[in-house]
Amino acid sequence: MSRIRGLKTRRNAELGLLVFAMLLVAAFGATVEANQFDEIRANFWVPAGLIGILFFGLHMVVRFTAPFADPVLLPAVALINGIGVAFLRRLDLENAIANKLAIPGFFAETSGRQLAWTLLSLILAAVLLLLLRDHRVVSRYAYTLGLVGIVLMMIPAVLPASLSEVNGAKLWIRLGPVTIQPGEFAKLALVSFFAYYLVRKREVLSLASHRVLGVDFPRGRDLGPVLTVWLFSLLVLVFEKDLGTALLYFGLFVVTLYVATERSSWLIIGLVLFFGGVYVAYLLGETVGGPFANFYDRAEIWLDPFAAKNYERESGNSYQLVQGLLGLGTGGLFGTGPGAGSPFKVPEVRTDFIFAGLGEEIGLFGLAALLIIYLLIVERGLHAALAVRDSFGKLVAGGLAFTLGLQVFVILGGITGLIPLTGQTTPFLSAGGSSLMANWLLIAMLLRISDAARRPANTPAERASGPKKAPTQLHGAMTEVIKP
Amino acid sequence: MNAPLRRAGVVILVLFALIFGKLNWVQAYKADEYRNDARNKRVQIAEYERPRGVIQAAGGETVAQNTETEGELKYQRIYPKKEIYAPVLGYKPVNLSAVGVEQFENDILSGSSDKLFADRLSDMFTGDKTGGGNIVLSLIPRAQEVAWKQMTNNQRGVTKGAAVAIDPNTGAIQAMVSMPSYNPNPLASHDDKVAFEAYKKLDADKDQPLLNRAVANTLPPGSTFKVLISAAALENGYNVDSEIPAGGVYQEGGATIKNAEDEICPDSEVTLKTALTQSCNTGYAKLGVKLGRDVVIDTAKKWGFEDEALHVGDLEAADKGLPVAASRTGPIANEDGTVDKSALAQSSIGQRDVRMTPLQGALIAATVANNGTQMRPYLVQQQLDADRRTIYTANPKPLRQPTSSGVAEGLKEMMISVVENGTGKSAQISGFTVGGKTGTADTSEGANPHGWFIGFAYDEDGKAVSAVCVMLENVPGGHASGEAARIAGLIMKAAAGRGGD
Repeated sequence: MSRIRGLKTRRNAELGLLVFAMLLVAAFGATVEANQFDEIRANFWVPAGLIGILFFGLHMVVRFTAPFADPVLLPAVALINGIGVAFLRRLDLENAIANKLAIPGFFAETSGRQLAWTLLSLILAAVLLLLLRDHRVVSRYAYTLGLVGIVLMMIPAVLPASLSEVNGAKLWIRLGPVTIQPGEFAKLALVSFFAYYLVRKREVLSLASHRVLGVDFPRGRDLGPVLTVWLFSLLVLVFEKDLGTALLYFGLFVVTLYVATERSSWLIIGLVLFFGGVYVAYLLGETVGGPFANFYDRAEIWLDPFAAKNYERESGNSYQLVQGLLGLGTGGLFGTGPGAGSPFKVPEVRTDFIFAGLGEEIGLFGLAALLIIYLLIVERGLHAALAVRDSFGKLVAGGLAFTLGLQVFVILGGITGLIPLTGQTTPFLSAGGSSLMANWLLIAMLLRISDAARRPANTPAERASGPKKAPTQLHGAMTEVIKP
Repeated sequence: MNAPLRRAGVVILVLFALIFGKLNWVQAYKADEYRNDARNKRVQIAEYERPRGVIQAAGGETVAQNTETEGELKYQRIYPKKEIYAPVLGYKPVNLSAVGVEQFENDILSGSSDKLFADRLSDMFTGDKTGGGNIVLSLIPRAQEVAWKQMTNNQRGVTKGAAVAIDPNTGAIQAMVSMPSYNPNPLASHDDKVAFEAYKKLDADKDQPLLNRAVANTLPPGSTFKVLISAAALENGYNVDSEIPAGGVYQEGGATIKNAEDEICPDSEVTLKTALTQSCNTGYAKLGVKLGRDVVIDTAKKWGFEDEALHVGDLEAADKGLPVAASRTGPIANEDGTVDKSALAQSSIGQRDVRMTPLQGALIAATVANNGTQMRPYLVQQQLDADRRTIYTANPKPLRQPTSSGVAEGLKEMMISVVENGTGKSAQISGFTVGGKTGTADTSEGANPHGWFIGFAYDEDGKAVSAVCVMLENVPGGHASGEAARIAGLIMKAAAGRGGD
């Protein structure tokens, strides 16, 4: 039964969904023009058409290189990416009208650059799909990737602030006009490394234990790696001044650890360590200041953004957060309609706060829809992890999908005031190349793994890749169930 | 590994549910609060997208309008008459809260009123930004300007005071000025700093220019209160020619009542009419004590004292308008609640704890001129939509019936005598029949007294054209009420459409 269903590639469903997504993007563009120009110009559909062509290209690559890949992933991401470009285009239009400039061309300004970044990202994703026919190959480069990940993560911390600090968070590398957020790529590399490492260590980590209060705790000496990563995350928190990034790295590690070992004690240890660390950092920020001061400020702002002392202070004030919240509130349930809001009231509305700008215009209903699409992407990624047969694939897909979800939580939680604000990008939505490229690579990896998951054991593609060899390394082996 | 993966999925689900919950909090529960937050410019930008309605005085003179700007807020509110109309109009600032007509007619002026639903509906289809509705006030420009000019250029150099003129037949406010006033234009500035600084300066001014003294300030009314004691007497068996006890000095408990001058009612008895004409303190103090505390307090209440709910604005809703401070008679009681006779004697001549707003003074005069019926005072004559179609016209209605037309007739006769033969001669208008009552209210030790005049005027045809109250605070140089009477006459003349040019 499952074999027969598995034979369906579902590529036409993907194409249909993709067309639907692009129609939504075109409709968004049309509404923007109606609100900005009081008329819908004849070429309103061009940005949606252009980006649609790019996605169609990737769709064709998927059709030939990963025919059994999950059909929902690509259209769902394409919709968010498309809305992002359309919203940036909307900002460019308002900017041009307000400053009495000529209407920018389709390849000009932020939205044009975002279109170019999308092209580059899709090329990278296509190359990954073309070159990487089997995701298990990645495990061969695990240590290299681990090193690369750590280096990428550390660069902004060690660079002088003038080259790495934006809005109080040191997350960037600034090379003239180009800014790169290496952390976005680091998380991909780190997930691969963690997956490889944990597949190798999972027996030890999951079997040897003390039992305390009904929960199995690992032996002291096995705590080494988790403590190392914890310390690392706190260093990130202190030196890159960013809670979100720290949370992201640490959450990523703890979750892969938990998935690998099936031990909830790791989660408990992880949560206690993380929140304990954060609280200590907060106290240190209050008393000692120095490198902890920034985090303390952000926590204070989070506790009461509307307080005059937080809103009116000279630096590190809550102006941005408050304006974002006021924008979201003004939008209310239905929003002002695309193109009819005042997104420029919110600083950084093109990048960190794009969700607030968008929320003013599409309202609670629109944001809820967007949230569901993100949820869909994450759950499809986790689904691929469930379905794929090898441990490494499970951990990579699970880790990547969870990281994506966590990143969405960290930034949206920050913007809505649920957690302290951090300088994360909103995946696929924010203007910026690093985030877009890294996240499209992530999606390509998920496509690849989902293809492996849904591919019937003996398809022509499988046979074409040569006779199946017995895995020589443990991480290539099929999952075996460990019962402690 | 699948079980923890599923749980990880649940964790993400929970995290997203938290975000969704928080979004509901921000975009639904808190939405109104955020929308109206002073730090939220979005609503202001939308508000200033359409021109705010124009405010005009009777006859069409524009007193609040807009000019288009190049800035983010598209329309700048302008008050061409500055100080003259400010206490009534108030102002519509960008960030501070609006006051005056700008505040209580905001729903019409901004266009958000249900009455302008048709305009909003057509905007939705045409995409136009039709302006708000317009307001036509009952204020008569000539009367308003004469009042302002005469008050600010008074012959005694008084810096604080107020004047109100009412049409006795309708309750329409013909003039309302308060001195000192303020220029509302800086307060409506689009530059937050300019507006805030202007407000801070006005707010800190010890002369309280932001206070509308015509409605929001109560002072001892002095002898003008004798009109109400007269009303009480006429209702209790006296007539205008009844003899009442008087004399040069009247000692009641700890209070010594004297007359302003020795030649006023030195005899032991004097008629009621003469007592009012000359403003006989001893006579009225004795009369008040004889009538008793309850009669004095009840009469004052029937004429509008103790009314804490009165608003003067438009007649649609009783609470829509400038809030009017309650005038008071005070307790007139000892600590154990029994009648304090010395307090009663002093209260009967408008001293002690008696306090009155100028508006209340004008209402008393208007009631006399309107045969004992007090009309509800109002400022808004008409509301017009953006195309100047009338959507509301004031329909005068009685506020209360303080007394009978017979008593009113008696009071009228006595008050006319005051202006023709007595203390109020300065209020005379040639050709008109003017009645009124002066008042000089002693204030704290050493300070100059307040000068009052309340009165009414009938034109050549015998039609009541105006009732007025003028109050000057701390008038130096004696005869404080004479200047008030002179100004009152000029205001009434202007309200009747004469003079003032």
